[in-house]
Amino acid sequence: MHMPLSDTLGLNLMAANQHQADHNREHFDAWNLLCLNVMSSPGAGKTSLLERTITALAPHLEMAVLEGDMTTQLDAQRLEAVGVPVVPITTGRACHLDAAMVSGGLCQLQAQLDPAALDLLWVENVGNLVCPAEFEVGEHLKVALLSVTEGDDKPLKYPVMFREADCVLITKVDLLPYLPVAVQRIETHIRSVNPAAEVFQVSASSGAGLDAWHQWVLATTREHTRQAALVEVG
Amino acid sequence: MHEVDMTKCLLLSLQEWKRGQEPLTPVVAAVHLQVGDFTCVEPEALRFTFAAAVEGTWLDGSTLEIETVPLRARCLGCTSVYSPDSAQAYRSPCCDRPMEEIVSGRELRIRSVDYSLPQQTSDPAAVPSR
Ligand SMILES: Nc1nc2c(ncn2[C@@H]2O[C@H](COP(=O)(O)OP(=O)(O)OP(=O)(O)O)[C@@H](O)[C@H]2O)c(=O)[nH]1
Ligand SMILES: [Mg+2]
Ligand SMILES: [Zn+2]
Ligand SMILES: [Zn+2]
Ligand SMILES: [Zn+2]
Repeated sequence: MHMPLSDTLGLNLMAANQHQADHNREHFDAWNLLCLNVMSSPGAGKTSLLERTITALAPHLEMAVLEGDMTTQLDAQRLEAVGVPVVPITTGRACHLDAAMVSGGLCQLQAQLDPAALDLLWVENVGNLVCPAEFEVGEHLKVALLSVTEGDDKPLKYPVMFREADCVLITKVDLLPYLPVAVQRIETHIRSVNPAAEVFQVSASSGAGLDAWHQWVLATTREHTRQAALVEVG
Repeated sequence: MHEVDMTKCLLLSLQEWKRGQEPLTPVVAAVHLQVGDFTCVEPEALRFTFAAAVEGTWLDGSTLEIETVPLRARCLGCTSVYSPDSAQAYRSPCCDRPMEEIVSGRELRIRSVDYSLPQQTSDPAAVPSR
């Protein structure tokens, strides 16, 4: 009595999130800012890196942070302490940020300041090497961190995250003398799954390697917002 | 478990498709997905969360059919297509090059929906008046 039918949809499974992410990106583009989505496993050093990087780039760029630490206000407080506007995303506990949560954060951000005055918006994602890779939030580029204490096999165990990243930071290199791990092996594994990525070795503690990373952020932001040429970063 | 959020995304797309069928309400037998091996999706977890999410809704009784798609990459040294393996750091076995061009395995796609439509003549009550 009921005729069996079949419709071919050919839709992205994540279409609903994708629509919201595209909408967020339209706002970013209207404000002429670059949005970087910073991802890593818990404790790989996202907040520590942002403390250093935001401090170093503050003379050159207007920045703000959307903070995805949903369980506490600790990361938001640490970043506010370096003098940058921070919007904590408090949608509840989740293992990743999605585009709707970031959209809510953008509403709060607009209540605080005019986003059109910003050059760079950082999104610190929830500490997790798995799903943030699949949930776009509207970012222009993805930055993935991997600390040397996590071992050289992680790019192979969580390849999607490192494949999707535009830039990979190998963090905490100040600890290498104490670890049975070869940083070159970590870098080779990252480049094996993602030969197109920019890779930097850095330490937020000693400051090693930060200059090259800061130059990259500055150049990428300037290129994106079509601003003046590269300047020295102290 | 991020499969819960993925299921929510899937249900939103299906609801939009259902609106396209108005004023009829389709009875869905199966939803076919393609899920690549090189994604963060666990097909078993997705089936589980789908079954839980559709209980008591218009999709109750429908099944989620998941076709997995293997990871394949093209070696840019010799253009041959290979199956990247984590034990080989995903590098090409022919030329030992990094995984450059992914050919398949990143799919997260709603392929099709099998359904039936109540027929107006035999089942007029199923057609909402507008
Ligand atoms: N030795 C060393 N320790 C570091 C470095 N960067 C961060 N840490 C330490 O690593 C721990 C975690 O750093 P966070 O910056 O909070 O890491 P996170 O990725 O923001 O953590 P979550 O947001 O909780 O996922 C802290 O105890 C930091 O002091 C580094 O470059 N060297
Ligand atoms: Mg943090
Ligand atoms: Zn909007
Ligand atoms: Zn998640
Ligand atoms: Zn080859």
